[in-house]
Amino acid sequence: MQQITRDLLIEKASAFLEKENNSCVIGWRKGEFDYDITPYVFDNKEDLEKYFVWNDFCGANVSKYLINKTQKYDKTLVFLKPCDTYSFNQLLTEHRFSRDKVYAIGIPCEGMANVNKVKAIAGEGIEKIEFLPEGLKVTNLYGDEPAVIAYTDVLAERCLNCKSKAHVAYDELIGEDGSVISSNRFDEVERLEKMTPDERFAFWQKELSKCIRCNACRDVCPACSCEKCVFDNPASGVENKAPASSMEEKMFHIIRAFHVAGRCTDCGECSRVCPQGIPLHLLNRKFIKDINEFYGEYQAGAVEGSRAPLVDYTEGDIEPYEIFDRGDK
Amino acid sequence: MQMNEYKPLIVAFCCNWCSYAGADLAGNNRLNYPADVKIIRVPCSCRVNPMFILRAFQRGADGVILCGCHPGDCHYTSGNYYTRRRMALLFSMLDYLGIERERTRVEWVSAAEGAKFAATMNEFVEKVASLGKNKRLEDLRCSK
Amino acid sequence: MQRIGVFVCWCGSNIAATVDVKAVSEALLKEPGVVFSTDYQYMCSQAGQNMIIEAVKEHNLTGIVVCSCSPRMHEATFRKTAKSAGLNPYMVEIANIREQCSWVHKDIQTGTEKAIILGKAAVAKVNLNAPLTPGETPVTKRALVIGGGIAGIQTALDIAEAGFKVDIVEKQPTIGGKMAQLDKTFPTLDCAACILTPKMVDVAQNDKIRIFSYSEVEGVSGFVGNYDVKIRRKARYVKEDICTGCGACVDKCPMKKVPNEFNLGMDNRHAIYIPFAQAVPKVATIDPNTCNMLKNGKCGVCAKVCTAGAIDYKQKDTIIEEKYGAIVVATGFNPISMEKFDEFAYNQSKDVITSLEFERLTNAAGPTQGKLLRPSDNVHPHTIVFVQCVGSRCSACAEKGKEYCSKICCMYTAKHAMLVRDKYPDTEVYVFYIDVRTPGKAFDEFQRRAVEEYGVKYIKGMVGKVSPEGNKLKVQASDLLNNKQIHIDADLVVLAAAIEPDKSARPLATMLTASMDTNDFFTEAHPKLRPVESPTAGVFLSGACQGPKDIPETVSQASAAAVKVVGLLAKNKLTGNPCIASSNELMCNGCSSCERVCPYGAITYVDKEFRMPDRTTKVRRVAQVNAAVCQGCGACTVACPSGAMDLRGFTSAQIMAEVDAICK
Repeated sequence: MQQITRDLLIEKASAFLEKENNSCVIGWRKGEFDYDITPYVFDNKEDLEKYFVWNDFCGANVSKYLINKTQKYDKTLVFLKPCDTYSFNQLLTEHRFSRDKVYAIGIPCEGMANVNKVKAIAGEGIEKIEFLPEGLKVTNLYGDEPAVIAYTDVLAERCLNCKSKAHVAYDELIGEDGSVISSNRFDEVERLEKMTPDERFAFWQKELSKCIRCNACRDVCPACSCEKCVFDNPASGVENKAPASSMEEKMFHIIRAFHVAGRCTDCGECSRVCPQGIPLHLLNRKFIKDINEFYGEYQAGAVEGSRAPLVDYTEGDIEPYEIFDRGDK
Repeated sequence: MQMNEYKPLIVAFCCNWCSYAGADLAGNNRLNYPADVKIIRVPCSCRVNPMFILRAFQRGADGVILCGCHPGDCHYTSGNYYTRRRMALLFSMLDYLGIERERTRVEWVSAAEGAKFAATMNEFVEKVASLGKNKRLEDLRCSK
Repeated sequence: MQRIGVFVCWCGSNIAATVDVKAVSEALLKEPGVVFSTDYQYMCSQAGQNMIIEAVKEHNLTGIVVCSCSPRMHEATFRKTAKSAGLNPYMVEIANIREQCSWVHKDIQTGTEKAIILGKAAVAKVNLNAPLTPGETPVTKRALVIGGGIAGIQTALDIAEAGFKVDIVEKQPTIGGKMAQLDKTFPTLDCAACILTPKMVDVAQNDKIRIFSYSEVEGVSGFVGNYDVKIRRKARYVKEDICTGCGACVDKCPMKKVPNEFNLGMDNRHAIYIPFAQAVPKVATIDPNTCNMLKNGKCGVCAKVCTAGAIDYKQKDTIIEEKYGAIVVATGFNPISMEKFDEFAYNQSKDVITSLEFERLTNAAGPTQGKLLRPSDNVHPHTIVFVQCVGSRCSACAEKGKEYCSKICCMYTAKHAMLVRDKYPDTEVYVFYIDVRTPGKAFDEFQRRAVEEYGVKYIKGMVGKVSPEGNKLKVQASDLLNNKQIHIDADLVVLAAAIEPDKSARPLATMLTASMDTNDFFTEAHPKLRPVESPTAGVFLSGACQGPKDIPETVSQASAAAVKVVGLLAKNKLTGNPCIASSNELMCNGCSSCERVCPYGAITYVDKEFRMPDRTTKVRRVAQVNAAVCQGCGACTVACPSGAMDLRGFTSAQIMAEVDAICK
C-alpha cells in the first residue's frame, strides 16, 4: 500500500493551481474500474477533488506529458515516483522541456500492482478494490466472499526488480528518499542468453508474432518521444503500420530498442501497456546489460546532462567480434 | 534453386576513404573473391544505420558486412568509434534474438589492405554459405 | 521521374573481357527511369565524354549512371562532363564494375550478372539524386594566434610575411613563453635569448601584427573563415600606449617581496614589474594581488615617479571583439607539478629542483646571475644528480604522472650535464635514465659528447628515493646494467619533470569545438597527413599544444601551421562540399544526440517557432547544420532517432534503394 495519502497530494496540487497562473498538474485519475488508472492533466481544483487518485495502480510514468504540457501551460506540477524521475532527467538531458516551467514533487513508491496478477488470483469480474494495510481487498460482481491479496503477491515485474527508490530530480520531496537498489533485473536476460540460438529464436518468434503494431509501447515510452517517428515517416523507407510480415515486427522492435539504447531508463512502461503481453522490457534490458558490460555501468537519467553511451566512445572500446568471445557460449 | 547451387547474397558497406579504396586495391591486384559480395559505398562506416542492415536481411541478404577505417584512422577522426559501439550492440541484439551471429560482421580494412579485403570477403562468404539461406530475418513476402 | 542515361565502359578489355557490356547496357535499359543506354570503349576519353554530353542533350537526361572504374578514379571526371552538358554534377553515379567486378571475377557470366546488379543499384540511387550546390562563405582575412611563445611568434611572423594581418593573444604580460626562460638551447648551445629576442622585436615592429599581451580568449563563435572572438584584456593598471618601459616605477615600488614567476619563485620581484629586460611589449604591469594601492589605497608611489603619467589605478578589464578567418592554437606546455613526487623530496628540500628551475639557475639573467649555486645556502654544488623521466612514461602512476614520453628531457638533461661539466669541471654529474632517446639531427652526437668528452656519468636505472640529511641529499638508486644499488651524497638533485599541456587548453578546446586526446593535447586532423590542422576546420595547431616538442620541431610546425593559415586566408570565398548533413526541422526533437557525435562542432541549436495544425504556435529547439563546417561523415544521421538528420548525396532513402536493388 502506498504510504502517502491522496489528500496530501491534492492539497499540494490545489495550492499550486491557486498560486500559479495558467498552470496544470499532471497526476493520475480513476477510470471505469478501480484498477484502470490513467494519467491525467488537471487544471482546476474541482477535477482534482473529483478524479485525482494515488494508489497501487498509479504505475503510469507521467514524465513524458511534460513535453507537450509545458508548451501549453506556464507552470506544470508533476508528481514523480522514483523511477519516473530518471525519465524526467533523461528528457531534460535531451532538452525536451524547459526545467523552469516545471515544479516536480517526488513521491515515494512502495511498488505498483499488476492488475493481471490480481485477476489471476481473484478472478475476473472485479467490481471494487479497497486498499487495506494487509492487502488489496477485491470484491467481484458475483457476490463471492471478497479476497484479500497481499501487495507483494501482485507486484509488477518491474517493481519486483525495482532498481531505485531514490529520486534523482525534484523540487520538493514528500517523505523520506530511498536509495538505489541492486536488483535482479537482468536475470531473465541472462536466462535467455544461456539458451541456444534456436531456442532464443523460437522464444522471440513466439513473442513478437503476437505484436499487432498498435504502437502502444512506442506511444507510452518517455524515450520514444520523437516529433515524428521514423516508422510514421514515408520518407524513411521503413514506414509500415500494418503487421505485414514476420520481419516487420522484428525490424520495428529491434530499431525501437536500438533508438532508445543508452537513453532507456528501464521504466518498464512498454511491457506494462502491451495489450499482447510481450515482454518488451527484455529487449531494452539486453541493451542496458550489454552497455554496462561493454562500456561500464551506465544508468540513463541518473545524472542530468550525462552523455549516452551511443553518442560516446573510448579508443579502447570492445570490438564487435570480441563481444561473443567473452566466456559465454 | 538447388541447394548445391546455393550462392549467398552478401551486402558490404564500405567507407569511402579506407575500405572502399581497399576493395579497389584488391581489384588492382586482381585478388579474387566471390561475386556474391556487392559493395555499397558510404562516406564513413558511421553513416550505416542499423536499419540499412536489417533492410538488407529483410529483402533477402544472407550476410551483411561493414568495413571501415581502423580505429584511430577514421578520415573523420571518430566516425568508426561510433560504428564500433553501434554494431557491437546491434550484433549482440541480433544474437539475442536467435539470429546466427556469423551473418553480421565488422572489419577494419585500410586503403592499403587490398589483400585483407579479399581474404575477409572469401572467408565471410564461405562462412555465410555454410549457414545456408537467411530465413530468420527475411521478409517472407519477397522470397521466390 | 528522372530521365537516366546509362553509359557502360569497356575500359578496353579491362572490363569487356569479364563483363558482357552489351548485356549490361541492355539489362539496365529496362530499369525504371532509364531512357537511354549505351556502351563504349573508353568512356573517360574525350570521345566518350562527348558521347555523354550529346546523349544528355538528345534525350533530355536528368541523371547519369556510368558503369566503369572506381568512382575514386573518375567520379570527378564524369561530374565535370555532366556539368558541361548542363547537368548538375551531383546527378552522376558510378557503378564500379572494374575494380570491384571485372578485375576480381573470372568468368563472364558471374561478372555480367554482378555488373548488372551494381548498375541497378546505381540507377536506383540516381532516381533519388537531387541537384546539389556547394555553399560559399566569405573569408575574414585576419588570423588569431593564441599563445605568444616561440610557436605563436613564428606562426604570426610567417603569416604576416605572407601579407595577412595577425593578432597574438598572450596571457602573460610579455610574449616569449617558455623559450624566454631557457638558458642555452640544444644541440648547438646558442643562448635562447640571443635567438628569441630578435624575433620578439620583429613581432613588435611588424605593422601586420598586433600583440594583445596580458589577455585571454573569452569566447569564440562562428566557423572557418568567419570566427567572432571575444578577447579579455586584463587591467594592467598601466597605460600600455604611454608607458616607455623605463622601469623607474619598478625601482621605487616599496612592495619588493613578491615571488618572481619568471624565475620560478627563486627570487623576488616588485608589485609593479616588467617580467624581464627584453619583454615585449616592454611595459610595466601592476600585480593587483600584491599592490598596496590597489589593495587598500595606501601607496601610489609608482604614479608619482612615472614622468609619462602612464599609471592608472582605475583601469578595468576590457573586452574586445574581433573577426578572424583562422585561429592558431599555440598554448604550449608546462612542467607537471612535483607536489605528488614525495620520493624525490621536492617539497622538503630547496636543493631538489626541476630542470626549468635549473635553467634559471644557470641563466645570466637568473636569480644567481648565472652562477650555479645551491638554492638553500648559495654554495657551489659538487655532486649533482639528474633524474630523467620524472612523471614521464609512467603508466603505473597515472594519478601523478603521464603515460607518454615528454620527448625533450633527454636532450636538455644532456645539455645541463654538459654545461655543468664545462663550466665547473670539479663537479661530479650523474644522470639516471630509463632510456636515452635522441632521435634528432645532431642529437645523438650531442648526448655522446656529454658522456665521452665531458665525462657525465650516465646510469641506467631510476632513483628510488632522495632524502635530505644535513646539507646533503642522500640519493638511493638502482644501476640496472650492473644490477646493484647505488648511494650518492648529492648537493643538488635536478628532476626532469614531465611536461603537460597548459591548463588553459582544455577550456579553449571547448570554445573552439576542437578535439583533444586524453592527455589534453589537441588532436590533429590526421596524425600523419594533416598534423598541423585540428579536425575543426579553420583551427590550426602550433607547437607543444599538440604534443611534446623541442624548439626545432616547434618552429617547423609553427611555420607549417602558418602556411595552412595563409592557404585559407588567400581564398576570397570558401567552397564547401555539398554532400553534407541537413536536418528536417519539422521532425527534429532538439535532443542534441547529433551534436554530441559531430566531430566538427557543425551542429548548433535554435529555438524556432512552428505553426501547429490548430493555428497555435509552438517554440521548439531544432538542430541546424553549418554547411561550412560539416564534412559529411554522417555520424549524426544514425545518432538521430527520429531520422530528421539526413546526409545529402548519401540519403537514407538512396542507400536503402541501393540495398533494395542489390537484394532484389
